[in-house]
Amino acid sequence: MKPAPFTYRAASSSPEAIDALAKEAPPRILAGGQSLVPMLNLRLAPADALLDITRIAELRAVEETINSVRYGALTTHASFEDGLVPDASNGLMSHAAGNIAYRAVRTRGTIGGAIALADPAADWVTVCIALEAVLHLQSTSGKRQMQVEEFVLGPYFTAIAEGELISTIEVPKRSASERWGYHKVVVKTGEYAESMAVALLDRARGFARIVLGATDGAPIVMKKSAGALLAAADEAALKTAIACDLEAGEHEFGAAKRMLHTTAVLRAAKDAMAS
Amino acid sequence: MNVKVELTINDRKVVADVEPRTHLADFLREHLRLTATHLGCEHGVCGACTVLIDGAPARACIALTVALEGADVKTLEGLADDRRMRVLKTSFHERHGLQCGFCTPGMLISAWDLLRRKPDISERQIRQEMSGNICRCTGYQGIVRSIKHAADTLQSSVGV
Repeated sequence: MKPAPFTYRAASSSPEAIDALAKEAPPRILAGGQSLVPMLNLRLAPADALLDITRIAELRAVEETINSVRYGALTTHASFEDGLVPDASNGLMSHAAGNIAYRAVRTRGTIGGAIALADPAADWVTVCIALEAVLHLQSTSGKRQMQVEEFVLGPYFTAIAEGELISTIEVPKRSASERWGYHKVVVKTGEYAESMAVALLDRARGFARIVLGATDGAPIVMKKSAGALLAAADEAALKTAIACDLEAGEHEFGAAKRMLHTTAVLRAAKDAMAS
Repeated sequence: MNVKVELTINDRKVVADVEPRTHLADFLREHLRLTATHLGCEHGVCGACTVLIDGAPARACIALTVALEGADVKTLEGLADDRRMRVLKTSFHERHGLQCGFCTPGMLISAWDLLRRKPDISERQIRQEMSGNICRCTGYQGIVRSIKHAADTLQSSVGV
């Protein structure tokens, strides 16, 4: 028995959950629990009350529209990995999900929980920002939508408001001609990343996007690097663009980190070009 | 305040009154005396406590019992008669898949799930897929060999 005592309540519907979250001392939301429960066990995350949302059926629903797929916040990593949900990303989400932690974590961990936690070294924030995904949030004051890119503000720091619940992650269907590259640097398979990069390239519609994660801050949208990728720049030019992007933000990277991040972006870009 | 929970463990209905902070591994070991499930790190890193929840592998030390209302849990005890598990146990025995044995229950459950999902698997894939289970005797060579041997045994006997 490791966690300190807390009270527990399971909500059976979204309205019930957001009512419970509107209290003065709101409970912490329990989704897959793959980050929260270890932190409770280590007594790093203080929680007097937990609100279990895993029995809310609508948060598991996945809906395909003409232009997008709306993944319920409780969609597990394993559902993406196993192709049990429609794919909006030409296989990128399934590939990324299959490389999150370990199978016994992926069967329970959820995409909504991962984005709500916004661990900078975790996969979904970086991948969802690359895919220009939109979050649907709800609270007793109503519903709103927000780009994941705007939602993630820093390490474990998001724009979620008091009493808000992530209900859906909507991913616009990527064009069939888009190619992706994904490169993650890990010391051991399944561990949190030292660096990770996602590159998207669609020559047919003149589009490229590169996002760098595991930066100890919010993921970085690498605009100059994407421009170089689209222009089919050689490696030297791409490296110059990456260096520009790395220097542009508020981050200060040491020499080793700069090298890791540069390598991750280069490899992701090469994979996007080659595939 | 205790919470009442009803779940199935190794095909047996269990009704219990538990503190919300009781994780599944403690519940299995302390309340039900199902001690095949081992506890190593107790924060979801080592994999020793891996069990099956609704047929899928999960860390019992970071699954809260109260949140498992209606779930179907299987531990190593519950797989004693399962053919794939018997083949795995024999392989671990014959190919030196264990030394002290502490990590073995988690290794067996993870390997059982792995061979169900990917029956035709290479050594390299086994290494990647089993990376969530730590052996502090560092007996990985024997473990990988055992799982590969079990996979080959099961493959060669398909349809027999």
